[in-house]
Order: sequence, then C-alpha cells, then structure tokens
Amino acid sequence: MTASSPEVLLPESREEAVQAFGDGSGVTVVAGGTIVLPELSYGRLRPGRALLLTRSGLAGIARNGSTTTIGAMTPVSELADLPAPLGPAAARVADVEIRAQATVGGNLCAVADEAPRGELQAALLALGATVRSAGSGGERDEPLEAFLDGQRDRLLLEVSFDEPAGGAFEQLRRAHTHAYATLSVAASRATDGTVRIAATGVGPYGRRLASAEARADDPTAAGEAALGDVTLTDDALASAWYRRRTLPVLVQRVLTRLEEVA
Amino acid sequence: MNLTVNGLAREVESAPLTPLLTVLREELGVLSPKAGCLQGGCGACTVLVDGEPRRSCLLPLAALDGSDVTTAEGLGTAAALSPLQQSFHRHYAAQCGFCTSGMLLAAHAYVERDGSDEREAIQEALAGHVCRCTGYTKIIDAVQAVARGEIEGGQPWTLETGEGIDVEIPGSPA
Repeated sequence: MTASSPEVLLPESREEAVQAFGDGSGVTVVAGGTIVLPELSYGRLRPGRALLLTRSGLAGIARNGSTTTIGAMTPVSELADLPAPLGPAAARVADVEIRAQATVGGNLCAVADEAPRGELQAALLALGATVRSAGSGGERDEPLEAFLDGQRDRLLLEVSFDEPAGGAFEQLRRAHTHAYATLSVAASRATDGTVRIAATGVGPYGRRLASAEARADDPTAAGEAALGDVTLTDDALASAWYRRRTLPVLVQRVLTRLEEVA
Repeated sequence: MNLTVNGLAREVESAPLTPLLTVLREELGVLSPKAGCLQGGCGACTVLVDGEPRRSCLLPLAALDGSDVTTAEGLGTAAALSPLQQSFHRHYAAQCGFCTSGMLLAAHAYVERDGSDEREAIQEALAGHVCRCTGYTKIIDAVQAVARGEIEGGQPWTLETGEGIDVEIPGSPA
C-alpha cells in the first residue's frame, strides 16, 4: 500500500483476538474481507490498525440442547443446511465463492451502502438471537436487536438462538444485477408460539417488524402493518416506492408459509 | 510472506493488506486473474486457494501466509491443456477472454468435487461470474462436456489449421 501502511494484527486465538481488539478504538476488523477489502482497494477506508480474524478460531457451529451457537468467523456457506429461516437466507447470499468467504459476524455487522447488506440479520432477528461481543467493559451478551441499534464499536464473538418450532424466509432479488438482495423477510414461531418477523432492505440494517408481529394471525393485515415499522429509502436496487409495494407482499408470503410449516 | 503459486514457492513483499489479486498481478507478474470490479462481484479475479475457488480481490495477503494458490496458468500448459481449457477451446467458450480465467477455475473446482452435468447445477456454480460477451451458453456447454467425462485434456493448443504454436505465458511454471 502506501507509506502509511496500517499495523496488522493476526491473533491466533479467541483470547488474543479479544485482547488485540481492546476497547476497539482505531481498530478495523477484517473477517471474511468481502466488505472491507473493496473499501481498502477503493481508498474509502484507511485503517490505522487492522485486526484480521482469519486464525482467531472464532468459527464453528455448536448445538447444546435446543440452543445453536455460531462463531462470528463461521463462513455463510456452512449455515446453508440449517432450518428456516436461517438456512435458506444463508443459501441465497451472493454466490458460491462469496458464501465460502463471507462470515456470519461480517454479515451481522454490515450496514447498507449503495445496496442493502446483511441478509442474515433478518433471519437471526426473527429467531430472537443473542450476540456475545467483547470491547469496552469486557464481554457481554445482548439481543441482536440491541446490538444492531448500538454503537457498533464492539467485537462480535458469536451469535446464538433457540431452535424455533418453525421458520420461513422470503426474498426479492433483481436477477443478474447485484449480489445483494433488494428485500428479505424472515419469520419464525418459537416453541411457546411467539411469532417474530424481521426484514433486511428496509433501512441501514435489519429491523424487527413489531406491528406486523402484532397482526401475525392475519398475513394480509400484517403485511400492511409492516409499513408502519420502517422508514423506506431509495438505493441502487429499488426505490422506496417499490419497497412500499413489495414489503407487504413478502410479509404476507412469509406468514402464509409459516402457517404451513408450524 | 510465503505463497506457493502454481507449484512454485514464492516469497512476497507486498504490504499485509494488499489483495492477493494485486500481489499476483503486480508483484509476481501472474496476469490471468483479471482486475474487474475489485469488489467481489464479477468473478474475473477468481483463483484457487488451497484448492477452493476464491475472489483474489477480497483476500488480504496477511491472511494467506503458506497458502497454495493456483491460477489459470497452473491448470495446464499450451502443450498440454487441462480438460476444461481444452473444452473451452473446442466449444468456443472464450470470446474476449476477460472472464475466462475465473470461469475456468470455478469450473475446475466444480468438476473436481464431482459436480453434476446438469445445466442448472453448472449455472449455480458459475453464478458469481459475469461474461459481458454473454457467452454463457457455450461456457456451460464446455463445463458440461468435462463433467460428463467427454474431454480428458492433455492436447496442445492449436490454431484451426492444426499447427501447434509456442506461447509464452507469464507466471506459468512451464
């Protein structure tokens, strides 16, 4: 690169990664690199310190009873066979090479740019997932929803969720135009009957659709209600106008599908 | 930093966050991986890293110390083409050639893992590769022929007249 080459940290364990991250100030985290490397190549990002998680050992999927825990460095491709909504969401991310390189942690930390990013956010929000992160004040667990709404200054370590009674995922893509999806909607029914619905492509990052959840017994009404949960904007893939017309349809479809499976 | 590129041990000195694509093209002079979009969307920079197809524009060098990298130059030689190279040639699957290296490596990984000869499966395997000449039909024909075991490779690259020619390929171990 240039004279101001950044310091590069390459931790060999989870503990080393947490220590190297510290309170996160001045650190750019590189997981799979599918989002960060273009930023570097185009000169939009000039990190002082880069933390590469390649060898940090933060990858893997573990099951403990009904709880599934996924390490932040797990490639998206390894989630493709998990039940809905997460499996189908992962299977449809970009293409075969990107899925093998992109990570769960990177996807959860992604924010929209010229297109929506982070399709797994919708699925994991719908699963009521919890994330464990490190940073200022040590390690902590919090709902994914709070993590996404937060300061985004922490190192994501893992995400976990309880297996649902059922789930569904619907997506709107523009074929052959872009690796990212225009709109993704996920729903799940927990074993206690609670229905959660969330979307990606309706703002800078994934959102719970609380008003739609309140009308989950009526898919058409829920679809209309979802519009009250979001502030839609234009981007390179679709206008706010188009999203206002397609979001209710995807919510309706995902709830209809959920009724069929659980 | 050490890489094995097309079977040769190479010591590289690029800065740690340099994308593998830049290391290959600008430090090592291996020119088959193409710099297309530089954001993972076009597939033209695809190489094999430890046998798996990867976008070289998205991989920082620091993450690759000790890795084994294969580019189109490492698949075959002008004197003895790989099955896919021979099939691409026979099926007229290369037009301008910009996407060809990436297509070849993704297809190589696909047939190596015993990918089926169904066109839909081949399309899925090549979904991340854009051909702006829109030569997809012949590319899929070429991959399908190899997946069916119809082309064994090993033939020299020839002109239509059948004349063998010497081609010097930068970065090739040959």
